[in-house]
Amino acid sequence: MTPFNKQEQMIAVASRFLEDGAMAAVGTGAPCAAAMLAQKMHAPNLVMMFEAGGVAPVLPTMPISVGDSRTYYKGLLASTMREVMACVARGMVDYCFLGGAQIDAYGNLNSTQIGGDWEHPKVRLPGSGGANDLGSHCWKILVLTPHDKRRFVEKLDFLTTPGYLTGPGARERAGLPAGSGPYKVITDLCVMDYDPDTCRMRVEALHPGVTLEQVHENTGFELAVREDLDRTKLPTEEELRRLRTEVDPMGYIIGRG
Amino acid sequence: MKILQEGLGPLFTDPDPDHARAFFRTKPRAVTNKLMTVAEAVERFVHDGDYIASGGFGGVRIATAVLHEILRRGRKNLGFSGHTATHDNQILSAGECFDRCDIAYIIGLEARGLSPQCRRHMESGKVKICEWTNAGLYWRYQAAALGVPFIPGRSGLGTDTGKYSGCRTVECPYTGKPVALFPALYPDVAMIHVHEADVFGNARFSGIGIADATLARAAKRVILTTEKIIPNEDIRQDPSLTKIPWFTVDAVCEVPYGSYPGNMPYLYYSDEEHLRAWLNSERDPVEHQKFVDKYIRNTKDFNEYLQLCGGIERMLELEHMERLIPSPPASTDAEETY
Repeated sequence: MTPFNKQEQMIAVASRFLEDGAMAAVGTGAPCAAAMLAQKMHAPNLVMMFEAGGVAPVLPTMPISVGDSRTYYKGLLASTMREVMACVARGMVDYCFLGGAQIDAYGNLNSTQIGGDWEHPKVRLPGSGGANDLGSHCWKILVLTPHDKRRFVEKLDFLTTPGYLTGPGARERAGLPAGSGPYKVITDLCVMDYDPDTCRMRVEALHPGVTLEQVHENTGFELAVREDLDRTKLPTEEELRRLRTEVDPMGYIIGRG
Repeated sequence: MKILQEGLGPLFTDPDPDHARAFFRTKPRAVTNKLMTVAEAVERFVHDGDYIASGGFGGVRIATAVLHEILRRGRKNLGFSGHTATHDNQILSAGECFDRCDIAYIIGLEARGLSPQCRRHMESGKVKICEWTNAGLYWRYQAAALGVPFIPGRSGLGTDTGKYSGCRTVECPYTGKPVALFPALYPDVAMIHVHEADVFGNARFSGIGIADATLARAAKRVILTTEKIIPNEDIRQDPSLTKIPWFTVDAVCEVPYGSYPGNMPYLYYSDEEHLRAWLNSERDPVEHQKFVDKYIRNTKDFNEYLQLCGGIERMLELEHMERLIPSPPASTDAEETY
């Protein structure tokens, strides 16, 4: 078995959730690497969209900006933010990848501020960017994030991007599109999905060598566990080879693992 | 329509299309030569207190020379549309040029990290804020460009982002479901960098458009910088390529490498080394001001800045990077560069 790092594992696991023919709104970094890996493994017709307007590129290198020219290199469409956000709004985008400083049990995300109040935050963060737009409209939200207690919190300091809000039916009551919302959370410890009855996060599969206790210790809210709790499949030789030689040969993303 | 929620964030601009129409009624439509220097354009069209919007995408196809000139001239108390504002925001925050900000994305520099100077400025207590999203700010430009007071959308619903925005959430008269209304945003000035324009302000750009075609129509005044001036005959040869028309534009400035250190699609890639040096300088506020003095306040114009940043040799390297032309093999002789 080839040794691998946490970042490589997260990217490999995330890539397996993206099926051929789907459309995915991605950003820079690990989500972009996961989408590229999926294209090279099992989903050659997965379409990558970038919120600034780039659609279906053949990425020559990792983009540094969601708007840089790599995001439509040999692409099918160099469009506008309106084009991409309108696709998202009318229900044509299957997946998006999001992250944040904090996430709660319902998959709500905070990327706006930590501590203080809104006008006087202790730490001001970037804000929504396109995250709220994607999280409000995409059918399935994937979150890629390191797993620790500071991130997985009982209560967010600010709810930037909607997950399931307060639970079943809350998105629809708020006016968000029915049937859209959080799908999976992939961390360096495990994969989580959401209980359809409660809309709360639950552990679906543990990464190799990780215990449930470890997951609970690193989670700041009560986390359910699926009855059919599984083990994450190791990154395959093929996944690692393509990730290292074709997706991120310079190690910009996987090098940080 | 029943109002379900009123956003707590302030509106920094007037969304009334009739007030905007009164302005647009007087905006010149004549096809006149608007070629001028960046210094003249900023002197004439950007005033203390104006609300400004930067085209492009933070570090992609930005009108860097105009942003520099705003800083160099010490413009203050501006309003700023923070629509994925990255390097543009770094320039304006270095001069503490704005005191109110519609936020979609600030402080963050995408894959490059977070800007300490933008954070200091935003946490100083001197900047009034209102929360939006990238699409939300786009819909606001779109409403303005269409001459309507708002555009309905579903971003922000159910979240603090919506609660602290200036949106009103109403019951949709057709579906009965909650829907957010994004009020028109008419910036006083937009600065947009393009590949080609004629002297009248008919402009073309390549690659993604981000929000620029809409922003140009929403803004009351537009300062255009262009990589090169092309003859009007070229525009007339194929008017389908005109993405920004003359009647939206007030100033045309010829600024080669005008998006530097940002990316310009198909021409040059972003200068990550310079952007890293800029970011590093921000860690200490005093050192940062020295850096900004050196590169901006003490340079007389954008060309002098380009010279300081490595001039044509560096620009060629960035051109090669953009076109994915491989670097020459490393020389074994340290003295010898190609």
